[in-house]
Amino acid sequence: MTQPRKFARWLIVLLMLHGIVAAAGFFAPYDPVEQDRERPYLPPMRVHLMDARGHLHLRPFFYPLRLRAGSFDQYEEDTATAVPLRFFERAAAYHLFGFVPSHLHLFGASGTRIYLLGTDTYGRDQLSRILYGGQVSLLAGLLGAGVTLFLGALIGMAAGYFGGWRDDLLMRIAELFLALPWLYLLFALRAFLPLAVSPLEAFLLVVIVIGMVGWARPARLVRGVVLSVKERDFVRAARGFGASDVYLLRRHILPETASVLLTQAAILVPQFVLAEMTLSFLGLGVPEPMSSWGNLLAALQQYNVLVSYWWMYLPALAIVPFFLGYLGLASALQQRTSPYKIEEKSSWSPS
Amino acid sequence: MKNERLSSWRCRSSLSLLLACTALIALHAKGAPPPQQTNAKEELLSLPGEIGRSGGRLVISLRAEPKTLNPLTAADAPSREVIGAMQADLVHINRATQLTEPALAKSWKISADGLQYTLTLRQGLRFSDGHPLDADDVLFTFHVYLDENIHAPQRDLLIVGGKPITVRKVDAQTLVCQFAKPYGVEERLFDGLAILPRHLLEKPYQEGKLGQLWTLSTPPNEWAGLGPFRLKEYVAGQKLVLERNPYYWKTDAKGNRLPYLDELVFLFVPSADAQVLRFQSGETDIITRLGAENFSVLGRQQRGYTMTDAGPGLEYNFLFFNLNDLGEKSSADLTRKQKWFRDVRFRQAISAAIDRDAIVRLVYQGRGSALWGPVTPGNHRWLDASIPHPPRSVERARTLLKQAGFSWSAGANGESTLMDSDRKPVEFSVLTSSSNADRTKMATLIQDDLKQLGMHVQVVPLEFRSLIDRVTQTKEYDACILGLASFDADPNSDINVWLSSGGTHLWNPSQPHPATAWEAEIDRLMEQQLATPGYDQRKKLYDRVQEILAENQPMIFLASPDILVGAKNSIANFHPSVLEPYALWNVEQFYFRNSAENASR
Repeated sequence: MTQPRKFARWLIVLLMLHGIVAAAGFFAPYDPVEQDRERPYLPPMRVHLMDARGHLHLRPFFYPLRLRAGSFDQYEEDTATAVPLRFFERAAAYHLFGFVPSHLHLFGASGTRIYLLGTDTYGRDQLSRILYGGQVSLLAGLLGAGVTLFLGALIGMAAGYFGGWRDDLLMRIAELFLALPWLYLLFALRAFLPLAVSPLEAFLLVVIVIGMVGWARPARLVRGVVLSVKERDFVRAARGFGASDVYLLRRHILPETASVLLTQAAILVPQFVLAEMTLSFLGLGVPEPMSSWGNLLAALQQYNVLVSYWWMYLPALAIVPFFLGYLGLASALQQRTSPYKIEEKSSWSPS
Repeated sequence: MKNERLSSWRCRSSLSLLLACTALIALHAKGAPPPQQTNAKEELLSLPGEIGRSGGRLVISLRAEPKTLNPLTAADAPSREVIGAMQADLVHINRATQLTEPALAKSWKISADGLQYTLTLRQGLRFSDGHPLDADDVLFTFHVYLDENIHAPQRDLLIVGGKPITVRKVDAQTLVCQFAKPYGVEERLFDGLAILPRHLLEKPYQEGKLGQLWTLSTPPNEWAGLGPFRLKEYVAGQKLVLERNPYYWKTDAKGNRLPYLDELVFLFVPSADAQVLRFQSGETDIITRLGAENFSVLGRQQRGYTMTDAGPGLEYNFLFFNLNDLGEKSSADLTRKQKWFRDVRFRQAISAAIDRDAIVRLVYQGRGSALWGPVTPGNHRWLDASIPHPPRSVERARTLLKQAGFSWSAGANGESTLMDSDRKPVEFSVLTSSSNADRTKMATLIQDDLKQLGMHVQVVPLEFRSLIDRVTQTKEYDACILGLASFDADPNSDINVWLSSGGTHLWNPSQPHPATAWEAEIDRLMEQQLATPGYDQRKKLYDRVQEILAENQPMIFLASPDILVGAKNSIANFHPSVLEPYALWNVEQFYFRNSAENASR
């Protein structure tokens, strides 16, 4: 009884998380590529309710940070002026969900800038970059999973349903793909492309590559389901009534693979988000100045960043709720379609 | 107290052991015992500076394994650094004063017409294997450097007015060099020309094997040099160990033979970050070629070492456009873009729009200087101070672009796009080396600067070798950011960059005829200064070259990093310079202050 509710709970959590990233323009206070060259590696600012003299403020505020004289990256709070945090502030223009032009931001400050999660080496707002970077990484994960599942379902069904030499051929190709060193494949592929790749091209390349290499595993799962389903009585009956292959696949077999595909989707999306991050981390993803979770983390390849600026690790934390959400969803889905339930169902059917 | 005595005893005993060992080796090799005390017949060079104590082993890391120990073929920085500690030249440029001083030649005289140089060698010097040095070795050295089949990188410097210099032996200690034309470089020419041992190399030279000789795995007894250290051991992929040359020809002010150190070890540590970790953990004693970020990391947690900012170096970083005339091979896209690149106002506009101060602050953390010409503030002798330093001005850039026929169109998002006279958007890509984080950062800053002019710039990090291939061979690129570091402060060390026929004339290399009037003018000035003796005259000519470069902006000069080094506090006589090799130029004078440290290692 609790399973559907659990499933719905995870789904709502995930929808909310994705909503925040999709509406990055609203939640992010600034343009993610805007450089504030006076404030490189600024640590996260603290939001206060209590000021330096011990007075309580109703509206949260922060103290602007100023560079300590003669230093490059050491800041101190300037407690002389408290800057109130303002909500629903009108600032930099952006397009909500990519098409609705808007000026409204969840929060901001007038006169000075607020960096809740600090800035990077060019003084770009880390919070905005994480939110916008999530758009790239999550979309790559979702699209990649879509491509993979589509290919996997198609090939798995063909192999399982038709059997014989077609099954053998497709499954051997699948094994080949499983054994492929896809990272090197991508390096090679990148070398063939023109020198300057626009951000969109780079993004599509990443999606296509991670979508192409992952189809083998879902294809094998789908094939297994199809192999068992096609021998079931209702399929045989339909065939006896003269149903065509396409009709059988669409009407009777495909619906039976749905639960496997859904569970696979919930597992594959975070896996592909991670794949995108790996590629961007190695400089094969979207180019600067665009951000993605992978190229945000790429800054950590430098030793000095690793030991000096802890807030550069934050993009790694951003993925945690998403992964938990997806894995929770996957396990809820799995429980819903656990094997003993299938048996329960089939025991009722007269055999 | 007890401890101290113990360690000093241990030190003395190890020292005497070492002396015995070296004596044994030398006896075995040559029969003549190595002179520990100075000999009356030897004309040694006495150096001022702190009197040190003998012993100890200095460890330093190299970014890559040296390719060779052969000074005739060495072109990479690690090889040059190692060879610098193993070889010596006739006349040497003091890295601290940037002036020449006597080395193997105790004196030299230049004839009144500037065509004849008479050099007198020091008497009684020996190679590191004990074999005596004489004028025949020098003759042999010049002969092989000038041999076309050897392809020595220094050969170009020895060709004056189209003719190689001729060297003649007067007696065992005296040589005369004859030039076809007066030579502006004067005696600086001899710096870096390692004098080679004829007794070891003549036979392989005649067999045509000299170019392949002296690899890292050469047995130490087949190798000899005149530098402070000699070859001891090479472990592939790990380290190169040099030992003290007992025949070295320099002494300290008290007459003790240098060098003080017993051993000099080069570790091969492939990444800059790994070098920092090794230095931090005390495994290496000196670190050079540091980036500003790692310099500040090390500076923040100083433990027994001191970090030094030696000031602006000679490296200059710049942006340049593809100005090659590719004829029919050129793609339509590149031809269209080259119409902008060839317009001097376009290049001036880009120069005006670049925020050099931000580059110095964000890329070098303030440890560098903004540049408007190729000569950095570190090279005060040759810097043309009259070159203007216009501050960043997007306004001026816009005016220049307008004059050149560009216009702006408002895009859908409210941002304007720069259009050329054919109403095509201005977009180009900038190559940077993916292994150089500094230059990639510069590119990202410039990308943002130029966005304010409505230009869409893409940054393409490329592996260094394929980048150089694109720039000098296939010439398929729009723009590129590179850096060059001169060996010497003298303008002639970069002559191949400025001559239109030069191979490193990056924006349009190896031209048969200068493509533009100003390139022809630079050619003329550079050749004239090469043949003009006297600093003042040459300075005037080179100033003019710098002015022409600043005006025409074939390279848009960006910034120059400071030379940043670190060394353990126990190392004395450590005076880093802004010339290569930044730290080891006076390695013969280095010593460890506390003997306990030597003994423990």
